[in-house]
Amino acid sequence: MIIEFGHFCLILALVVAVLQSVVPLWGVRTDNAAAMRFGDHAAEIQFLATATAFGVLTYAYVVSDFSVLNVALNSHSAKPMLYKVTGVWANHEGSMLLWVLILTLFSVLIAFFGKAIPVSMRAVVLAVQAMIGVGFLAFILLTSNPFERIPVPPLDGQGMNPLLQDPGVAFHPPLLYLGYVGFSTAFSFAIAALVRGQVDPSWARWMRPWILLAWSGLTAGIALGSWWAYYELGWGGFWFWDPVENASFMPWLLGTALLHSAIVVEKRAALLNWTILLAILTFALSLIGTFLVRSGILSSVHAFANDPERGVFILFLLVLAIGGALTLFAARASEIREGGTFATVSRETGLLMNNVLLSACTATVFVGTLFPLFLDIASGEKITVGAPYFNRTFLPIFAGVVVLAAIGPFLSWKRANVRRLRKDVLITCMITALIGIGLLVLFGRPDSVSIFGVGIAIFLGVATILDLARRAGIGTTNWSSIPRRLAGLPLSAWGLCLGHFGLAVASAGVVAASLWTVEEIQTVTPGNPVSVGPYEYTLVDVKNGMGPNYRTSVATVSVSRDGNEVTTLHPERRWYPVEQKPTTEAGIETRWHGDFYAVLGDPASNGQFVTRFYYNPGVPWMWLGAFLISISGLVSLADRRLRVGVPTPSRAAAPLPQPAE
Amino acid sequence: MRKSFGHLLSGLLLTLATLMMLSGPAAAVDGDEMFADPAREARARDVGRQLRCLVCQNQSIFDSNSGLAKDLRVLVRTRMDEGDTDSEILSYIADRYGDYVLLQPRLSAKNAVLWAAPIVALLLGLAMMLLYLRSRGPQRTEITLTEDEREAARKLLQEGRS
Repeated sequence: MIIEFGHFCLILALVVAVLQSVVPLWGVRTDNAAAMRFGDHAAEIQFLATATAFGVLTYAYVVSDFSVLNVALNSHSAKPMLYKVTGVWANHEGSMLLWVLILTLFSVLIAFFGKAIPVSMRAVVLAVQAMIGVGFLAFILLTSNPFERIPVPPLDGQGMNPLLQDPGVAFHPPLLYLGYVGFSTAFSFAIAALVRGQVDPSWARWMRPWILLAWSGLTAGIALGSWWAYYELGWGGFWFWDPVENASFMPWLLGTALLHSAIVVEKRAALLNWTILLAILTFALSLIGTFLVRSGILSSVHAFANDPERGVFILFLLVLAIGGALTLFAARASEIREGGTFATVSRETGLLMNNVLLSACTATVFVGTLFPLFLDIASGEKITVGAPYFNRTFLPIFAGVVVLAAIGPFLSWKRANVRRLRKDVLITCMITALIGIGLLVLFGRPDSVSIFGVGIAIFLGVATILDLARRAGIGTTNWSSIPRRLAGLPLSAWGLCLGHFGLAVASAGVVAASLWTVEEIQTVTPGNPVSVGPYEYTLVDVKNGMGPNYRTSVATVSVSRDGNEVTTLHPERRWYPVEQKPTTEAGIETRWHGDFYAVLGDPASNGQFVTRFYYNPGVPWMWLGAFLISISGLVSLADRRLRVGVPTPSRAAAPLPQPAE
Repeated sequence: MRKSFGHLLSGLLLTLATLMMLSGPAAAVDGDEMFADPAREARARDVGRQLRCLVCQNQSIFDSNSGLAKDLRVLVRTRMDEGDTDSEILSYIADRYGDYVLLQPRLSAKNAVLWAAPIVALLLGLAMMLLYLRSRGPQRTEITLTEDEREAARKLLQEGRS
């Protein structure tokens, strides 16, 4: 019964979504405020219905109801409770339900916290959100129903991929979807702007909190996925340039561009059309990502052709959404007036340049990801586009983004003082050179790639701190007023500072991890030390044990330097009998400069073991940097200008804006 | 049961996870296949990192422990023993296993779009930005007066004063 109730709620959500995508628009057209407000209430009901459906599916997993096909296929009664719950979204049907749940969550948040947004705008935004909801709810109900029953339930389930039975990856999809799906709000606001034919700074201000939230979630989600790959897959790597990863990285890149161009709209009423286009394209990339991952086209073009039902459905939604939005854009873009002018050397130009570079980065990842697919479809030829391609094409452009992130904040709005800019850059260069020479003397890595990579990261770090010091008034006011000035800085300024500093830290980490990792692979006899860079790793022993639903071998590896014990690592090798699969858990110990990392491989003959020992400098910096970047979005989100800065028009006086005809 | 049933591969994570499973998550390179000389081993790895494990997704043969990846690693080492250069080894293997095996696609006519895309996107973006700036920038950044205009202005000011 409960399962059928969940199914019913999902159908209810679809019906409400259909109403929500029609009634508010009709209200806007006929100037009927009650019909416009219908969107708010519909959003609440749609969210409640979807959340109930999601709750029911979770319940089915918790009680291991194997009469539900989805549970029988993806769960097992012996699984720990945490993974029974997270198993809900670790499969196709459940993850699509999570997709829609987050979509409706954003709608209800807009209905709830978006009271400052004029009702005619909110009505269109919620209607567009609901249209996306209709598409995906129909997709779930018609092709991927998680509530499908089996007449003869099996005694136990087939289990869940043990690689996914891990706390890191358990919360990776919800965060990732927060970003992926959250960009739907940008899309809806863009459509609303086009429908109403009105784009102004307040529009950007209404849209910005939602982009910030989505972007923070996406950043954290990508970092969490990368972290999981790092410690679970056991070869010290953290980014594969795999199509699945690229699918989530593209919306992040373009979303970052959108975040920056929306600032220009908000402050200077310029780049209006471009920002609308970016908003549409960012969500388009989220949809393309969903298509690539969900249709199975990535694993093989033929897998897609053999079972086209789901893929074609999403492709249809994709074409409808992107095609419709771009057509509307083409029709309306010319009506939107560009606002304030600015000089060539100005903050506006800096942000525009940021957009150009990030768009080029996105285009590179896009072509690199999809080209093999097109070539295969067009000529049947198979090629691979892997890490070496992206390292050569993407990284140089992204290096430009990092440099620009350093210089951009020095520029002032409208017209920057060129002499002052030159001075700021010169000071930054000098401090960077000093630090760089210091590092060279201490560590001595005089190859050009290292110097360039580390140099850029230090440059950004120094520039960001210098910019903060300027804002605090160091050098221009007396010292006693500095704490007060720092406390008085708007949170969005702190967001900028944190985000850019986080990028510097992460870049330094990526450079260090890619260039200076030490890797030693060998068959060892317990007790024999192996030197890994300046350290010595010794496999002490291997003990067998039992976990809740797996058997395990835990090794003890001691790490020392010059005879002094540094730390002890415990890499594990697990065997999951239900799924008949092994996993490795790397033994990792983190220090400020890097990770000690050990992986236990197969036992070899006469008591020996295959082991992989790594010293990974910079890796903790990467996670710290990603954390700072993600937090920076939330800090900006807390800026009071985003909450109260928009003057609320008094109800009686404000005439309802007329929809553009 | 639905036919899409066996479609486990399609999950966002499942794809990633499954392909890792194919190759196995454990140690890829055995101790016994390695060169004793660290410099030669490093070179073998540099070459191996450019070659794809054919049964995995986007994993190099040095990061995979599938049997096929091991065969390819041994092949790379054999070619090194034969005295081949890095690019000779890569084309030797690509000729036998197809371009699919190269993680970095060749610079050829059919891959022209792929290799040109980043630079074209960048140049196009920059060109569009310059056009936009030219059309949008302040129409006259500095207003200078000619001598005649200065004279006229002085006259006007004097008239105003008198």
